[in-house]
Amino acid sequence: MGAMTIREARKNYGAVEVLHGVSLDIEDGEFVILVGPSGCGKSTLLRMIAGLESIASGEITIAGRTVNGLAPKDRDIAMVFQNYALYPHMTVEENMGFSLKLAGVPVAERKERVAAAAEMLGLEPYLGRHPRQLSGGQRQRVAMGRAIVRNPQVYLFDEPLSNLDAKLRVQMRSEIKLNHQRLRTTTVYVTHDQIEAMTMADRIVVMRDGTIEQIGTPLELYDRPANLFVAGFIGSPAMNQLPGRLEGGTFVAEDGTCIPLPGDVSGVSGRDVVLGIRPEGFLPAMEGLTAEVVTVEPTGSETQVMLRLAGQVLTAAFRERVTQRPGDAITLGIEHAHLHLFDAATGERIGPDL
Amino acid sequence: MTDTLTFVPLMIVLGAIGLPAAVFAALGAGERALSLFPGGAGRRARPWVWLFLPLILVILILIYPVIVTIFTSFQDARAETWVGGQNYTWAFSGQMLDIVGNNLLWLVAFPLITLVLALASATLFDKVRYEPLAMTIVILPTAISFTAGSVIWTQMYSFQPSGSPQIGTLNAIRALFGADPLPWLIQPVVNNFALIFVAVWLQLGIATLILSSAIKNVGSEMLEAARLDGAGEWRIFRSMILPNILPSVLVVLTTMIIAALKVFDIVYVMTNGNFGTDVIANRLYYELFAVNNLGHASAIAVILLFTALPVALINIFQFRSEARS
Repeated sequence: MGAMTIREARKNYGAVEVLHGVSLDIEDGEFVILVGPSGCGKSTLLRMIAGLESIASGEITIAGRTVNGLAPKDRDIAMVFQNYALYPHMTVEENMGFSLKLAGVPVAERKERVAAAAEMLGLEPYLGRHPRQLSGGQRQRVAMGRAIVRNPQVYLFDEPLSNLDAKLRVQMRSEIKLNHQRLRTTTVYVTHDQIEAMTMADRIVVMRDGTIEQIGTPLELYDRPANLFVAGFIGSPAMNQLPGRLEGGTFVAEDGTCIPLPGDVSGVSGRDVVLGIRPEGFLPAMEGLTAEVVTVEPTGSETQVMLRLAGQVLTAAFRERVTQRPGDAITLGIEHAHLHLFDAATGERIGPDL
Repeated sequence: MTDTLTFVPLMIVLGAIGLPAAVFAALGAGERALSLFPGGAGRRARPWVWLFLPLILVILILIYPVIVTIFTSFQDARAETWVGGQNYTWAFSGQMLDIVGNNLLWLVAFPLITLVLALASATLFDKVRYEPLAMTIVILPTAISFTAGSVIWTQMYSFQPSGSPQIGTLNAIRALFGADPLPWLIQPVVNNFALIFVAVWLQLGIATLILSSAIKNVGSEMLEAARLDGAGEWRIFRSMILPNILPSVLVVLTTMIIAALKVFDIVYVMTNGNFGTDVIANRLYYELFAVNNLGHASAIAVILLFTALPVALINIFQFRSEARS
């Protein structure tokens, strides 16, 4: 049905190549999120899928059909834009029914399908209004309604929530996810917000500088980041990164602080590495490493503490309340599942798992 | 006569220094007078003190002449005796009917042709990379005065009898293809459109510029959304671009309608109203300066004023509502 494959897709603007051969398989009904910092090529890739940008080389197929040469309207896709891109001179109903009207769908059926989508999105009271009479969240819903009405093979979302305030964003996030669970239509969603990616996606594609860094489920990316970039990008607060060397089974930081590692790392002994420690990997303990508390930031559910350890300022997130004050010493244990080793030169993950 | 002329430079100097000084003194005196009033009354009176001089100017050079013209339009040729509505019945009878008819042709053809061409150029220019060049070419004639433009096109339309060398560009081209030369400015109806085309050529740039900036303000994401929804380019123009630039279209239309009502220079220079091309503004000039019929001329002026007024009002309201939104 709505499966999609992207083979070695490249894109260049003049002499500058912005996508360096991206390959990706998306299963029917899957919710895939492209995430990465701005300029990584995620929006360009989405617009290439939509047909709004040409494909320099490579191949994109949707539902078994190569779409490279097809016009956007012939690709059987629907897209939700960052600025909603509603038609300001049309009512909500006309906005949602425009594609059906162009496709020559009879008026009665058109009304029926628009009404069904409006009911699903809670838009019934607003069908007669114009976009300017709606709030940001309502406009967002109309943009989704316009996509849903078409019943396409694939939904494309281009940073659809970035114009909403924080509270509405969380609400719309779960609405989009709920709609996907109901419709089970293949969805490709672009965002720069890793929390959006983690909470909504079946699979996340992390991109940087026009290449894919890692593809995986949210927890795979969190538990086994393939390199330092993914490690730093996924997870909030971000993973701490300590440069140092491996000596036997021990990590030695640049200032000489030793952190004993579990598991067998003797095979990679003597290498320059970066040790990644998730903030939530630190535990208050009776014995272990001693660090100095720099700042304490309680959020209620957890407490973030900035620590000075091994000559660097690291972030720790404790579920327990912290009684220490800035300047006090704190004794820490480290949960092994939250330790990651990366090659200092390449930034690639080093096995075995710790 | 020579005595007054020698004083002209002196009067200019006096005016340049004296007038601002007089305005300054008048406003100063006004403010001084205001300070004598108790607070509230002074504040209410202040705008009128400041508006006093401009209002006198407007009355003197705008309202007073209009009233005099309206009065004169009910008087005879020398503005001596009252003749009732005679000048107006004259204005809509006999030979004048052809002239009014010509103006109606201008009124319909000129704004429509300009609008359609401007819409086409603005839309198509938006799609090409050499848009600045294309826009420059269309804008260039705008820098030429109506009179100079008319002189240029008189040469372009120039006609020599068949067989003689054609110096007019258009007829030279016709001759190149073996066609007989066309008396562009002499043959009725053709000559009216030939004149209208000169006006279009002179005004197309500004119309294109207005519409082009409006088209650039139409959101590109919206157009992409429409393309994804299945709209072709013509559909996008009709259902997306046009509805969203309607205010600018209205501005272009009303401006061109007023220009069509007032058209004078082109006709005066190119045909002087001969060969069935006369328009009321040219006739006004003829009545006033050739025939010296003040009554006829004033009646024409009043008719012109009251036809242009509603169009101008539409423009003003349009600008206001746009300023508000």
